[in-house]
Amino acid sequence: MNTKLERLTTNLKAALGDKIASLAEYVGEVTIVVKASDWLHVAHQLRDRPELGFEQLTDLCGVDYSEYGEGAWQGKRFAAVSHMLSISNNWRLRVRVFAEDDEFPMLDSVAEVWPIANWNERETFDLYGIIFSGHPDLRRILSDYGFIGHPFRKDFPLVGNVEMRYDPELRRVVYQPVSMENRVAIPRVIREEGYGA
Amino acid sequence: MPEIQNYTLNFGPQHPAAHGVLRLVLELDGEVVMRADPHIGLLHRATEKLAEHKIFLQAMPYMDRLDYVSMMCNEHAYVMAVEKLLGVEVPVRAQYIRVMFDEITRILNHLLWLGAHGLDIGAMTMFLYTFREREDLMDVYEAVSGARLHAAYYRPGGVYRDLPDTMPLYEVGKMTVHSEKDVAGMNSNRHGSVLDFIEDFTRRFPACVDEYETLLTDNRIWKQRTVGIGVVTPERALALGLTGPMIRGSGIEWDLRKTQPYEVYDKVDFDIPVGVNGDCYDRYLVRMEEMRESNRIIKQCVDWLRVNPGPVISENHKIAPPSRAGMKENMEELIHHFKLFTEGFHVPPGEAYAAVEHPKGEFGIYLISDGANKPYRMKIRAAGFAHMAAMDEMARGHMIADVVALMGTYDIVFGEIDR
Repeated sequence: MNTKLERLTTNLKAALGDKIASLAEYVGEVTIVVKASDWLHVAHQLRDRPELGFEQLTDLCGVDYSEYGEGAWQGKRFAAVSHMLSISNNWRLRVRVFAEDDEFPMLDSVAEVWPIANWNERETFDLYGIIFSGHPDLRRILSDYGFIGHPFRKDFPLVGNVEMRYDPELRRVVYQPVSMENRVAIPRVIREEGYGA
Repeated sequence: MPEIQNYTLNFGPQHPAAHGVLRLVLELDGEVVMRADPHIGLLHRATEKLAEHKIFLQAMPYMDRLDYVSMMCNEHAYVMAVEKLLGVEVPVRAQYIRVMFDEITRILNHLLWLGAHGLDIGAMTMFLYTFREREDLMDVYEAVSGARLHAAYYRPGGVYRDLPDTMPLYEVGKMTVHSEKDVAGMNSNRHGSVLDFIEDFTRRFPACVDEYETLLTDNRIWKQRTVGIGVVTPERALALGLTGPMIRGSGIEWDLRKTQPYEVYDKVDFDIPVGVNGDCYDRYLVRMEEMRESNRIIKQCVDWLRVNPGPVISENHKIAPPSRAGMKENMEELIHHFKLFTEGFHVPPGEAYAAVEHPKGEFGIYLISDGANKPYRMKIRAAGFAHMAAMDEMARGHMIADVVALMGTYDIVFGEIDR
């Protein structure tokens, strides 16, 4: 198994060279970070080069790093993380691409490389507000028609901003500011290293 | 000659063949589908966001509610991702139990798929037949976990408890109109342990699959509705991100249980059925054969579990709870128990992706932890999401009635697509 990962990292370095901003190996998985400007080019290389052979995009999702490690995060806020699978070589790869601008995150769409990215990017746009340039049909996919905001961002409250109820006087469904408060039963904590050992 | 315009049809979200809540906007030229635009998300519950606000153990039962017809397989991917980050060893007996229940789940899922697929395209009887066998497997679920559907049986580090020695029995006069003689007959295979009951099931089940096949495989109407419908070439299947029976139906021999084996799948003997033409009929044959293979795996697991007793959950009490008896005698165990169920365990910072061969395809959990007691980000890779995305391409050029056949062949469950 380890020789396989070594072969994958060697092939990646040979094929992509300085396009790889960083390469890490953890729990038997290889992760590379790619600059946003190189992403589309790298995606083509990853699929088309037989020594890499990532025919299938397993998943593409957004991540909002703004609260990572309780404020310890220094880098860019939004990233798109792709998982891909090579059936011919039987290995997997994770690619992380950070959006340059935190206020208006934008990345290249890879829907032309892997058609499945079409829906994954729609989902990422819907939940995180990352814009994919060159996407054929960037609509919301999971949230309601006319939804406001991007619900998976860390600054979006868990209970949401609006609630819906039937108004008997207006005789229709109305939206109003959410009336319940978010209770935290178990606080989120990060313990120092070696805690409880 | 009058101008003929395309007609837009709104299918669902409340339609018996929509398998839950799918709104499908179909652009039709006569009866031919020109474009299909699925509107998903009507069952979106933001499971991933909820998980970010729950400790790792509390997020686990949400998994049952994703694909609610293959509950334990979802749990499996989640606990595997957590275990990968924790680096915890799972006892071998727990691994065999997990494999056995994954396969029981696969049969459960395929039985529902077969019943619903049949019902969708006119084979009413299938549903009644398949639910007969599902009932037995549901009872197995109930016997081990206490719940027929939302089991919450797998835990990081193993499974919740060992297989019980008794099967619940039917009782006369309680919730049933059966006579004493009927009840005795219904209980005839329930007097042993759960393993005895499962073994009895594996003996009966191949004949049941034969029965289903008698009804459908050579049925002229069934073939008219499925042969040549929704053909996917192997190249397109890869590009569209299809997995599981969908990709095997197109002739690609890819099964995570064989190619990237997890737990003890490399120690059990089974085959991977593969289709040829990539149409609905081939995918039907693949799934039927998978049920037989699952049955074989279950049999092997039962044989192993009979002769190999042992622990079923990790002894590391920072992750898995200590025994009740231990808690009452040992102060340290009591503290472990208290910490585990209040604060929860902490997962070292890092990220992991764990995938299982789910009955519907590849089901994966991508987990990012920043060292806290709650996940920083959890992403669910649902097989159905990719299949649904392929709807537009696969439905184009087919008749409107074939859209229903396509939905049957995707084996759609909205719990996992909308998350």
